[in-house]
Amino acid sequence: MSTLGSTPWQADIARAIIDELKHKPGALLPILHAIQDRFAHIPEEAVALIAPALRLSRAEVHGVISFYHHFRTRAPGRHVVEVCRAEACQAQGSRALEAHAKAALGIDYHDTSADRAVTLEPVYCLGNCACGPSVRVGDEIHARMTPARFDALIERLRTDTLEVK
Amino acid sequence: MATRIYVPSDTTAKALGADRLAQRIAALAARQGLELEIVRNGTRGLYWLEPLLEVDTAQGRVGFGPVEEQDLESLFDAEFWQGDVTHPLALGLVEEIPYLRRQQRFTFARAGITDPLSLDDYRAHGGYRGLPNALAMAAQQIVDEVRESGLRGRGGAAFPTGIKWQTVLDAPADQKYIVCNADEGDSGTFADRLVMECDPFMLIEGMTIAGLAVGATQGYIYLRSEYPLAQKNLNAAIATAYANNLLGDDIQGSGKRFDLEVRMGAGAYICGEETSLLESLEGKRGLVRAKPPLPAIVGLFGKPTVVNNVLSLAAVPFILDRGAKAYADVGMGRSRGTLPFQLAGNVKQGGLVELAFGPSLRELMFDFGGGTRNGRPLRAVQVGGPLGAYLPESQWDTPLDYEAFAKVGAVLGHGGVVMFDDTVDMGEQARFSMEFCVAESCGKCTPCRIGSTRGVEVIDRIRAGENVEANLELLSDLCETMVDGSLCAMGGMTPFPVQSAMTHFGEDFVKNTSNAQALAQEV
Repeated sequence: MSTLGSTPWQADIARAIIDELKHKPGALLPILHAIQDRFAHIPEEAVALIAPALRLSRAEVHGVISFYHHFRTRAPGRHVVEVCRAEACQAQGSRALEAHAKAALGIDYHDTSADRAVTLEPVYCLGNCACGPSVRVGDEIHARMTPARFDALIERLRTDTLEVK
Repeated sequence: MATRIYVPSDTTAKALGADRLAQRIAALAARQGLELEIVRNGTRGLYWLEPLLEVDTAQGRVGFGPVEEQDLESLFDAEFWQGDVTHPLALGLVEEIPYLRRQQRFTFARAGITDPLSLDDYRAHGGYRGLPNALAMAAQQIVDEVRESGLRGRGGAAFPTGIKWQTVLDAPADQKYIVCNADEGDSGTFADRLVMECDPFMLIEGMTIAGLAVGATQGYIYLRSEYPLAQKNLNAAIATAYANNLLGDDIQGSGKRFDLEVRMGAGAYICGEETSLLESLEGKRGLVRAKPPLPAIVGLFGKPTVVNNVLSLAAVPFILDRGAKAYADVGMGRSRGTLPFQLAGNVKQGGLVELAFGPSLRELMFDFGGGTRNGRPLRAVQVGGPLGAYLPESQWDTPLDYEAFAKVGAVLGHGGVVMFDDTVDMGEQARFSMEFCVAESCGKCTPCRIGSTRGVEVIDRIRAGENVEANLELLSDLCETMVDGSLCAMGGMTPFPVQSAMTHFGEDFVKNTSNAQALAQEV
């Protein structure tokens, strides 16, 4: 899957996800993952359903969501582009790539481009450290990224309005 | 009979176009009416040669690499499937490539050779030989075997695995757990990922043996969310293991039980710290716990728990198959067995290098790595992840051994080696270490949470030329406070890269100031 799940919010689907997972020991992270995988983010409405199902306060659920970089509470663009900021990629020029990515998209990290095509996120290591700089889009990793290849990638993502693969 | 062609399928090979390559080879073969059987193997970890195409021949597997899509036409023209042909990308027998031949592959014996998801392949190449031995042994015997192997935790802390297991075995409880720490967050490391993507049954077998050894019936693999392919392969392999009675309530008819589940992390570096990881598995914020009590006594859900790194657990099938002595026979001093090193960053021949402890860092970086990728002089090397020291050339002859590294104020950690050329600004690297700690601190203790923020600020002041001398002293003092006062290694080791940068590359901190030269003398 190269794009994230983007099902519009439906409480029934969320309830089914929660019911299926809530009996697992330590169920909160698996539930949050499943919700975000489905709806691309964890909307406020989901927190209201999760908290009572796990006998937690909404504040506790919020506390967990906000602790982890992976979870987001706002809907992202059609594609989430993660640029690796870690040392092995730095040694291969990722600082210049980061600056280029922000300038080319006209946004900072955690923001979404005006056309809603791309949300830019930093990531600390994709485990592709012998062939950096690395960029992740959905479940695909791109190696030896250069500013020129980044522009080509963004162009492809922008014109790719349909969910493919 | 169809000729067998191998096209690697790990994350890096895919990131370099291996999937598209496999599709194109199939299409070209069909067009020419050739019978080629394409197998998606893992990877040998020779990353500068990826995508590394291999052809099965009577003499062994012959390689071509690195292969790009535009090379396929000439490869087909040269009839590469015949193996021994002339082509600019021909590498000869893969096993004879010096980079691979000179390694001691204990843990990575199968990586890149087998289809990662084929249980038959795993068995045909020495897999599931340790488990039957363990099933025939008493729990104490298994623990003894692991202790005698000298295996130490491969996550970085290097604590003897056998002693940890003994503690859990001796702790009476109605439920115990095996937790695999697969939150491989250190930059420059990918050995855990390779195990999970390329040889997942080895980890499953190792965890099952650990369960038998300490009396745990439930295992969890805590996997970082940055590794989607590892998740897919682990889940597929676990399903196969259940279907073949290698997991579940009656393993191989022994009446013994072990269940295993993959749980996903969510992008928090701190969750690689074992107590933070346990909190996260319990569905909470990953706040570090104070120790004692040790997780071996009060671990997951308050029960005795073995928390081991992927590589520690992956070494166990070998030890139970070949015996403790075979493992302990190689190595140096108290560092027994092998460590899979990972060459990363600005390196010409990056990849996985599994070696017995003992060779020098320089040998690893030059004899295997071949120096920098862009040919510029190598200047600094960070070993052991973002909390590891930067080593200057004067320390490159340090032998790869836990104690030898500790002696020079460095760590081997998880074996990641990140190389930087002479364009690196070490002041900027030091700043990043503090910045990373700001982003990743769990926030429980003050030296880590606040110290890192102050660290970024004071480094910025130094680099801007503000009261340089006084601020350098302040930074030294802050580093000491963080080392001595932090609850865990996050705050306690963040100063290591900073201090090493100040000690060995002090001139970089002041190079932007007007009187840089004068100050550099004082640093």
